[in-house]
Amino acid sequence: MTAPRPDIDPIRLHKALTRIWATGPGWQRLAAVNHSVVGVRFMVTAAVFFGIGGMLAMLIRAQLATPESAFLGPEIYNQIFTMHGTIMMFLFAIPMLEGLALYMLPKMLGARDLAFPRLSAYGYWCFLFGGMILIGALFAGVAPQSGWFMYTPLSSDVYSPGINADVWLLGVTFVEISALTMAVELTVSILKLRAPGMTLARMPIFAWYILVTALMMVLGFPPLILGSVLLEMERAFGLPFFDPERGGDPLLWQHLFWLFGHPEVYIIFLPAAGALSTMIPTFAQRPLIGYRAVVASIIVMAFVSFGIWVHHMFTTGIPHMALAFFSLGSAIVAVPTAVQMFAWLATLAHGRPRWDVPMLYIFGFIVIFVCGGLTGVMLAMVPFNWQAHDSYFVIAHFHYVLVGGFVFPILAALYYWMPHVTGRLSVHRLSVPAFWLIFAGFNLTFLTMHLTGLLGMPRRVYTYLGHEGWTALNLLSSVGSFVLAMGFALIAIDVLLQARFGPRFRRDPWRAGTLEWATPTPPAAYGFASLPRISERADRLSPGEIGRTLAAGEGYLGFARNGWQETLGVNITTGEPDQIVILPRPTYLPLVLALTTGLVVLSMLFKNYALAVFASIVVACLFVWGARSAGQPRDHGPLPIGLGLSVPPHPEAATSPAVLAMGVTLIADGAFFISLIFGVVYLWLVAPNWPPVEVIEAGLTLPLVVVTCLFAGPIAARAATVALRRQGAVMPWLGVQAVALLTALAAVVALISGALPDPQSHGYAAASFALLAYVCLHLGVAALFVLSNATRLRAGFIGPRRNHDLRLTTAWQDFTAISGVVAVGVVLILPRMMTG
Amino acid sequence: MWRYAGLAAVALTLGACDGPLSTLQPAGPVARSLAQLGWTMIVGSGVLLALITGLFALVILRPDRAARMSGRTWIIWGGLVLPALVLPPLVLVSLIAGERLSPSDPVPRIEAEARQWSWTFHYPDHGGAQTEDILHLPSGQAVDIVITSRDVIHSFWVPRLAGKMDAVPGRENVLRLIGGAPGVMEGLCAEFCGLDHTHMRFDVQVHDPEGLAAALSTPVFAPEP
Repeated sequence: MTAPRPDIDPIRLHKALTRIWATGPGWQRLAAVNHSVVGVRFMVTAAVFFGIGGMLAMLIRAQLATPESAFLGPEIYNQIFTMHGTIMMFLFAIPMLEGLALYMLPKMLGARDLAFPRLSAYGYWCFLFGGMILIGALFAGVAPQSGWFMYTPLSSDVYSPGINADVWLLGVTFVEISALTMAVELTVSILKLRAPGMTLARMPIFAWYILVTALMMVLGFPPLILGSVLLEMERAFGLPFFDPERGGDPLLWQHLFWLFGHPEVYIIFLPAAGALSTMIPTFAQRPLIGYRAVVASIIVMAFVSFGIWVHHMFTTGIPHMALAFFSLGSAIVAVPTAVQMFAWLATLAHGRPRWDVPMLYIFGFIVIFVCGGLTGVMLAMVPFNWQAHDSYFVIAHFHYVLVGGFVFPILAALYYWMPHVTGRLSVHRLSVPAFWLIFAGFNLTFLTMHLTGLLGMPRRVYTYLGHEGWTALNLLSSVGSFVLAMGFALIAIDVLLQARFGPRFRRDPWRAGTLEWATPTPPAAYGFASLPRISERADRLSPGEIGRTLAAGEGYLGFARNGWQETLGVNITTGEPDQIVILPRPTYLPLVLALTTGLVVLSMLFKNYALAVFASIVVACLFVWGARSAGQPRDHGPLPIGLGLSVPPHPEAATSPAVLAMGVTLIADGAFFISLIFGVVYLWLVAPNWPPVEVIEAGLTLPLVVVTCLFAGPIAARAATVALRRQGAVMPWLGVQAVALLTALAAVVALISGALPDPQSHGYAAASFALLAYVCLHLGVAALFVLSNATRLRAGFIGPRRNHDLRLTTAWQDFTAISGVVAVGVVLILPRMMTG
Repeated sequence: MWRYAGLAAVALTLGACDGPLSTLQPAGPVARSLAQLGWTMIVGSGVLLALITGLFALVILRPDRAARMSGRTWIIWGGLVLPALVLPPLVLVSLIAGERLSPSDPVPRIEAEARQWSWTFHYPDHGGAQTEDILHLPSGQAVDIVITSRDVIHSFWVPRLAGKMDAVPGRENVLRLIGGAPGVMEGLCAEFCGLDHTHMRFDVQVHDPEGLAAALSTPVFAPEP
């Protein structure tokens, strides 16, 4: 095959690529999968939720402005503060950073899109629908009311009857699905979809921040999802995971929640810090100082943040040695933060600082975030924590951390990158007063709260009596919060005016050093008309010049071929291209899939479990059906990509993005499984009312059948891969796998129904049930993999050189076998450990 | 402008650290040492905040001066040396303080049982006397409060005497209190516990020995809130 000629006329190339990449008009917008479109949707939707969360905050401050106010009663107030926290965490902060990463990463890395555009779109719809369930509940007056932390037993069915807590558990889990898909998407895209020549060490610093953030999400969200699943199982079916009367423990929820909840703070902070590390060099007019030190500090921060969750639990009566350990860890996390802070200061010191609106917010960030960090160190000191915990001091602290560490950097990023999205520059008339209103209003609101807390005002009270000495301080906070709100309103107006009336510009208005400014602005659907070769660190480039040559098609892939949406996949470490990734076109599938997933959630919310099972089956079928024609129906061999290079399309490459994505997914799944094992062991060692009266009576036959079939699956999967390579018969091996999987499934179900005591009777039985149900789920999903393999094999999408499907199945089966043996082993051995 | 108005207002209110629930008006040795630790850290934090804001002003206003230190020097001094000077002594001091405040020598015990939304206090050393929403303490004597819950998680907090401790169903937590001079103050539930969490407060009375015996011989019930 001859190489398509590079199209040297930029206009013609633009038109040809746009025909291939553009999202259609009208209703077809619902089929959009493009990262720019989905990224902006994420950010706009998150901003709307921020507005709703902010209005709830206004109601809170109105209620607390005066003592014994009759504005809101406790029923409403409890819903409002629960939803304020829930919205800001799950519907604003996380989706906002995901949207920013979705929009920015391909452009900064020199790729045309992310690795799994349909997954991004599915993630967006899940986020939107999950958010709508939560907001809908708020308007219906049945919003969650147990606090955003949902401590049991308060959130259990006994003390929170009604739908409110289920709305939280199911709605937030729905949104978490979105977060997990984004984590996989971002990790794989950063590792695999970069411009040729961009080694890991040449990546723009933002990509490092997002890579670490995404991996933290992969590990951090599973414990929360597990906690939510267990609590929902307790509420809906009476399995006593958290009920101390029946061998559960309420503190298990707190461990699982903060195992997620603490890393969550860094998951929110790191992308914002990544934006700062990108903007500060631009305004200092020199590259970032201490690139390696910053990368090292991000990684250290990620590790440490997983080891300090217990500092949210210093007053729960945990042994003193543990307190000392977690206190030390919480103090140590200040070190990587300080390294980054001083790298930024050094960059400014050695540059020629230029002042503009984003720099105002960077100034605000430094003052406010440093203050929040210092109170964080104070709270890490156990004796001080005993006084300040759950008081307004803590509210002040984490608003300084989160508003300082996330909202201010995001506002800086808004003014920095809005021109990229709209193609128009900002006008300063409103942005400067808006900043000062926000800065002053914020400090007036929250600086006072430090003192209110030390004067003894606890969190989550809907009123106070007036003799405590809190009255004046609360009024000041309320006044400040309304000043703050005016500032945000001004920003909203400013953004609309900028999008409508801002002056247009050519390219690279900030004289930045990163690739995103080399795209046309507003960005074209295809991003880059051709892809650059990167030969230095990608934060010291000249995007203006690069942009011109790329638009003329002088880089890689500077042509339209076969109507394919092409971008390049590179070797993870060397950055040399090793495949053409052919991306899927716009499709309604993500929307339909998310709607069906939403139906599962809603039917569980309204306790229609038959419908839930039916809708789950539809979801599973949609996944298999959606994959029916992914990839290529035949082998192409290496295809030219321009500049004298040829690489194969991704189905024929050694490591396709899908293989990598399976690896990342299994890491997340492993985190889920380890959290579950942690929960079981925790209950066994710590929970009251153990050991249980009844234990499992399994005999030997069933467990042996399960273990044999668990191992038969992966062996048959490997045999299928070998048969494919030798062009032998693959179908029979798929059949063997199916038989092994279904036999194992039947045997595990027999164990649950025949040998296990009633799961409602005791925490032990409930935990064993959860482990075995986990195995069942994995066997079922493995069967779907085999089904998909069979349909795709028949349709010709699997071939001797296109064997990724079978490798994915093998990897899943391996994981199922290992986790299955461990799970069954724990279930069988636990009773002996208790008695012996 | 606004910011300074806010700061001025805060400075004015700083004069009023007193209140029935104020950690800054300690009424016993435990709370006093906690308040001292708090004040020390607040002052230290203020100094560090001023230092970093000052450095930021320096790099913006006089970059020529700030550039005299190499980038590496900035990161090593600010990112490693500064935390190394501040954190270890701080952690050590607070660990020692924490250990000193929670000794395990035997002292009289009072049982505090929380439920939605009130407190029951039980005095085994005073013939099993029992009070509702009012806690009687001996003056100048250490007491261990044994804290339990009958339903959801609550938290026992008398800010003027000591830090807080959670009441977790299924377990017993112990908090060491030392009452100072005889007097009255307040306590409350610090963990959100449902609809009427706001009003789950109690009175605290510190007595001399005769007063305590008198108070506990006739059980006193607090009026309904």
